Amino acid sequence: MRHIISILLENEAGALSRVAGLFSARAYNIETLTVAPTEDVSLSRLTIVTTGTDAVIEQITKQLNKLIDVIKVVDLSEAAHIERELMLIKVRATGKDREELKRLADIFRGHIIDVTESTYVIELTASGSKLDSFIQAIDAGLILETVRTGVCGIGRGERILKV
Amino acid sequence: MTMMTGAEIVIRCLQEEKVEYVFGYPGGAVLHIYDALFKQDQVKHVLVRHEQAAVHAADGLARSSNRVGVALVTSGPGATNAVTGIATAYMDSIPVVVISGQVPNDYIGQDAFQECDTVGITRPCVKHNFLVNDVHKLALTLKKAFYIANSGRPGPVVVDIPKDVTAAKCKFEYPEAIQMRSYNPVVKGHLGQIRKAVHLLLEARRPMIYTGGGVILANGAEQLTRLTRRLGFPITNTLMGLGAYPATDPQFLGMPGMHGTVEANLAMQHCDVLLAIGARFDDRVIGNPDNFASIPRKIIHVDIDPSSISKRVKVDIPIVGNVPDVLEEMLRLLDAGNAAPDAQALAAWWKEIDAWRAKQCMKYARKKNVIMPQYVIEKLYEVTAGKAIVTSDVGQHQMWAAQYYKFDEPRRWINSGGLGTMGVGLPYAMGAALQHPETPVVCVTGEGSIQMCIQELSTAKQFRLPIKIINLNNRYLGMVRQWQEMFYGSRYSESYMDSLPDFVKLAEAYGHVGIRVERPEDVEPALRKAFIDHKDDLVFIDFITDQKANVFPMVAAGKGLADMILTEDL
Repeated sequence: MRHIISILLENEAGALSRVAGLFSARAYNIETLTVAPTEDVSLSRLTIVTTGTDAVIEQITKQLNKLIDVIKVVDLSEAAHIERELMLIKVRATGKDREELKRLADIFRGHIIDVTESTYVIELTASGSKLDSFIQAIDAGLILETVRTGVCGIGRGERILKV
Repeated sequence: MTMMTGAEIVIRCLQEEKVEYVFGYPGGAVLHIYDALFKQDQVKHVLVRHEQAAVHAADGLARSSNRVGVALVTSGPGATNAVTGIATAYMDSIPVVVISGQVPNDYIGQDAFQECDTVGITRPCVKHNFLVNDVHKLALTLKKAFYIANSGRPGPVVVDIPKDVTAAKCKFEYPEAIQMRSYNPVVKGHLGQIRKAVHLLLEARRPMIYTGGGVILANGAEQLTRLTRRLGFPITNTLMGLGAYPATDPQFLGMPGMHGTVEANLAMQHCDVLLAIGARFDDRVIGNPDNFASIPRKIIHVDIDPSSISKRVKVDIPIVGNVPDVLEEMLRLLDAGNAAPDAQALAAWWKEIDAWRAKQCMKYARKKNVIMPQYVIEKLYEVTAGKAIVTSDVGQHQMWAAQYYKFDEPRRWINSGGLGTMGVGLPYAMGAALQHPETPVVCVTGEGSIQMCIQELSTAKQFRLPIKIINLNNRYLGMVRQWQEMFYGSRYSESYMDSLPDFVKLAEAYGHVGIRVERPEDVEPALRKAFIDHKDDLVFIDFITDQKANVFPMVAAGKGLADMILTEDL
């Protein structure tokens, strides 16, 4: 099962490597990992997408809580939540492909943020699976580069992760 | 408030923490600290001969007492040599603070002389670690280090201090107490869960108590003994938990696991309610987890660390909390309810256990002309009247010491259970001997293990530590040889010990007393000579033992607990 785990941790040097190291040391999966400071600069918020059985996910949250720098851990996917990921994708855009790519970007509510005679850079923000669909919708031969931020997520409504 | 250098602050913090002994080895990056150490006499420094031994000795001191062990090492190789010691302490949850020197802040990352990323290297084997880049953070960081090391589930903490920080000055302020928003270990167990547990214990027809190192670390032996006696249940202590319940008490079934007793293993396997306390269902204790789980039983698990619960075996009633507090609460509920377990069911269960016990699985054949290693431990127990602190290295001798020395009190048995580090025995004994000058301290070892930290014979001489080294010398890496005999067609690949030193002369070369014993009838006189005539000396007794003796019973790796190999099976 896929889980989105959100972590509040001290914005200290090395805190990220403690989390990443834990996953590799205990052979847990990381599909994506994102981290940045919050409105309180002493805190970082980290989001990890992982997969595992219920027992593995239980161990992951317990082991994360055990790290001294970790303040709170929430499995966002346990309840109503929103997830988003940003992708920048550079595509070969020449001839009739230019119009086609523009139309596809519009359908996926993406933006073309860089235009040259032969390329576009399309910015797309959506759930991870929607980004996957976009990639599949484009002729693979046209894709020059993709870069994705990894998933970040937040609980809906009154579900708040705060110190 | 006076200004102090970082080095002075380090020493002052150790004084504030009432640290009596620091085990260490000087070097470039810690010279300022050693200079500050020189100018005071409250904190005593023990100069080891290798940094690995510094951490082991600090660890041994911590295990034998209820204090945080402290080691001090320099940057680069000083820190990397300490890693085995740190990982050993980590696996057994021992409170140790390791202070390491680091190259100056502006050299970090420049591949400076004796530079290494100590925080990066030690990260996976510490409870926490710090790089202190500013002298203003030094005192608070050391306070945090001691607090983290010795609270919750204890563990080693590394504090890496760049050299310029130890030279810089600032005002000294040491906080009395500390609050960390990201670290709040649970202490009190959940009352509802404890109530459910007590209810389940009273309903049990085939109950069993299984306890580990957590009971020792939390100082819960007294509460455990009262609870076990109050309930009248059988109990087993793991390798790390020996001494938590008196081994000479009839309710004690011996150690469980790979080299556990028949009665302990079968009671673990066939009980209907298992009360696990401060134990972690380790692979060496329960064998194959699927086999263990295949027999239905209810499990209550008390542990300070939530991640230990339902990690290898799914439990029914988890209780996160400090062991003595939880056990006190159980006792209070039992007293308040004036409740007792079903006496008839319990009597029938004990009858079953006594039948297993009657197999006398620890019996071994004596030989007329050859010393059996088990016999040496039995005699050691007699001669020391069971009152010694016994450290061990890792291997067959470790198992025999655990099986044949009866520990009636906690913190008397010191060994590396988790990491299984050969070479710990002598430095452990050094830490214990310094902390307990009135108690006989014994290091049970083998000719393989003892050579891994043999250089510490020099430290023991310098600090006049009257350790008794019991070397069970079978000229083999015995445990490796045993596995090769049983599982590799007796192909003894590299498990023999050739070109051994003359241990008697070696001991004498270091200024100690050496005795060689080759005949069974000389075992006891040699021990008496060591413990009585040479009470104040370090005595190295080299017992030339049976080469082919194996440790039994044995549950082969990956097998179920009931699948034991006994001596007569071979």
